[in-house]
Amino acid sequence: MTDTDLHPWKNTPGGPEGRGAAPPSVVRADGLNLTFQTNDGPVHALKEVDLSVAKGEFVSFIGPSGCGKTTFLRCVAGLETPTGGTLTVNDMSPDEARRARAYGYVFQAAGLYPWRTIGGNIRLPLEIMGFPAAEKKRRVAETLKLVDLDGFEKKFPWQLSGGMQQRASIARALSFDADLLLMDEPFGALDEIVRDRLNEELLALWDRTGKTMLFVTHSIPEAVYLSTKIVVMSPRPGRISDVIDSPLPRERPLDIRDSREFIEIAHRVREGLRAGMDAV
Amino acid sequence: MTGTTAPLSAPGAGVGRSGRVALWLRSVRTGFLPILTVIAGLILIWYFACIPMNAQQSVLLAERAGQTVTPETAADRRGMSGAAIALRNPAAAMASAFVQDRPRLPAPHQVAAELWGSTVGLAVTSKRSLVYHAWVTLSATLLGFAFGTALGILLAIGIVHSRVMDMSVMPWAIVSQTVPIIAIAPMIIVVLYSIGLQGIVPKAIISTYLSFFPVVVGMVKGLRSPDAMQLDLLRTYGSNQNQTFWKLRLPASLPYLFASLKIGICASLIGAIVGELPTGAVAGLGARLLAGSYYGQTVQIWSALFAAAILAAVLVGLIGAIEKVLLRRMGLNA
Repeated sequence: MTDTDLHPWKNTPGGPEGRGAAPPSVVRADGLNLTFQTNDGPVHALKEVDLSVAKGEFVSFIGPSGCGKTTFLRCVAGLETPTGGTLTVNDMSPDEARRARAYGYVFQAAGLYPWRTIGGNIRLPLEIMGFPAAEKKRRVAETLKLVDLDGFEKKFPWQLSGGMQQRASIARALSFDADLLLMDEPFGALDEIVRDRLNEELLALWDRTGKTMLFVTHSIPEAVYLSTKIVVMSPRPGRISDVIDSPLPRERPLDIRDSREFIEIAHRVREGLRAGMDAV
Repeated sequence: MTGTTAPLSAPGAGVGRSGRVALWLRSVRTGFLPILTVIAGLILIWYFACIPMNAQQSVLLAERAGQTVTPETAADRRGMSGAAIALRNPAAAMASAFVQDRPRLPAPHQVAAELWGSTVGLAVTSKRSLVYHAWVTLSATLLGFAFGTALGILLAIGIVHSRVMDMSVMPWAIVSQTVPIIAIAPMIIVVLYSIGLQGIVPKAIISTYLSFFPVVVGMVKGLRSPDAMQLDLLRTYGSNQNQTFWKLRLPASLPYLFASLKIGICASLIGAIVGELPTGAVAGLGARLLAGSYYGQTVQIWSALFAAAILAAVLVGLIGAIEKVLLRRMGLNA
């Protein structure tokens, strides 16, 4: 597959309609609504969200707290049920997609089981999904290598740093080889230096595996550095205020963050965030 | 990346060892000494308390031996407190405070001697051997503890998985513990006897009655301890309730379970002893307590009490040891 197959950057920000015979959407939301009924009345977590994510894209969701970025990710994973609109994952409902093992989910906290070794933690989804023993062994070894943790299989989580634990949790999400990776602020709790390195590694991983990434973050530089598409969201009601297709090349050394293009995109994201806040 | 042990051990080996000795010494100083001081203090208070507690009898013995005491007759001393008698007759009170046959409060060495004599000094088959009586109580304790733990875990699993059970069982479990066990034990024994159950089982059931509760409470908390994120994670794998239980809830609950088991085994022992009291049982620590109080054998009562306390300490220690080994093997630092 070539770059252009994977990344139809030619799309206009207006929407995916102009693409014609573009590759099918991995994730597609049309007029998605989600209203939580709380004691203080209804809360519009998501309002009229339209989004299409093509195969192999790296999409970041950025916005202030309460803008619905995590809620959207949870809808894709079938952890929340939308109250209106349609949402498909690989042309299936989120529940069907989960049964088809379409995605791996990485949470903000690594959430490794303290009573399992790193290898045991990565084996957990494989055990639940009923992979045969030899296959489990092979996949654990393979994913450990993928996140550069080989040699740590027999260690317990508390023996690893926070960054390594989060890498193990990414390995756990990758172990059953889903094509879609949903990441909810996976590096939010880590310090900036570790975060930079993991961002770099995540990009390399994405490049090697060609997976589709949905990535929720609070950080503008992180979103711009990682993404081929940045979805800017705003709160009350949670909605998409801007979708920015990144013109940055696929190869991204860390110092690309000092380039003019990078700064321009970051500026546009910041403007989008500000506009969303002002509209409230 | 894993070769961190080799370079550290070679040059600093001697340092490490002396460090360990220093650490050990420190732990002796900070660990044992305060504990020994407290024990010595308690024993001292106990000895001191024996003087007024036994003064009535001490002074009576002195009077019978022909010494002059104040007040002179037992009738005059009847209403007086032990402390007052001891203050007026210090020599007489001191002389036989720690050597009486049936003291009101036996001295520590009397209890220790009785404990030693009735454990090491007698064959375990003897009806007076505390080892024999402890075993009778222990067997009921362990059986009841096993029942109680199983019942507690089963109820907790039901409560965690079913809202109906949560609403219906938990209140009854709590109410059951507000009934004094001493009141309900005879009824349990009588009811079970009428359906042909006697011997160890009724006692074990009283133990069960007391020991299931801490297990229910601890296990409900433990099985609910995984947070929403961990449950969501399993949902994304399409995990069913069964898998969620075995892979997440049960292992997460083990530290809670062990805390409950330590309380449960003590409650179980109390249950077994209480179960021996109202039945006129002839064997067991409870029977020993009862016999001692019938015949005014305070030394025997106290030694049975201490035997029960030692038994409880050993049982709790055993569970603690199992906990330590198991949780360490699971990678959890207990």
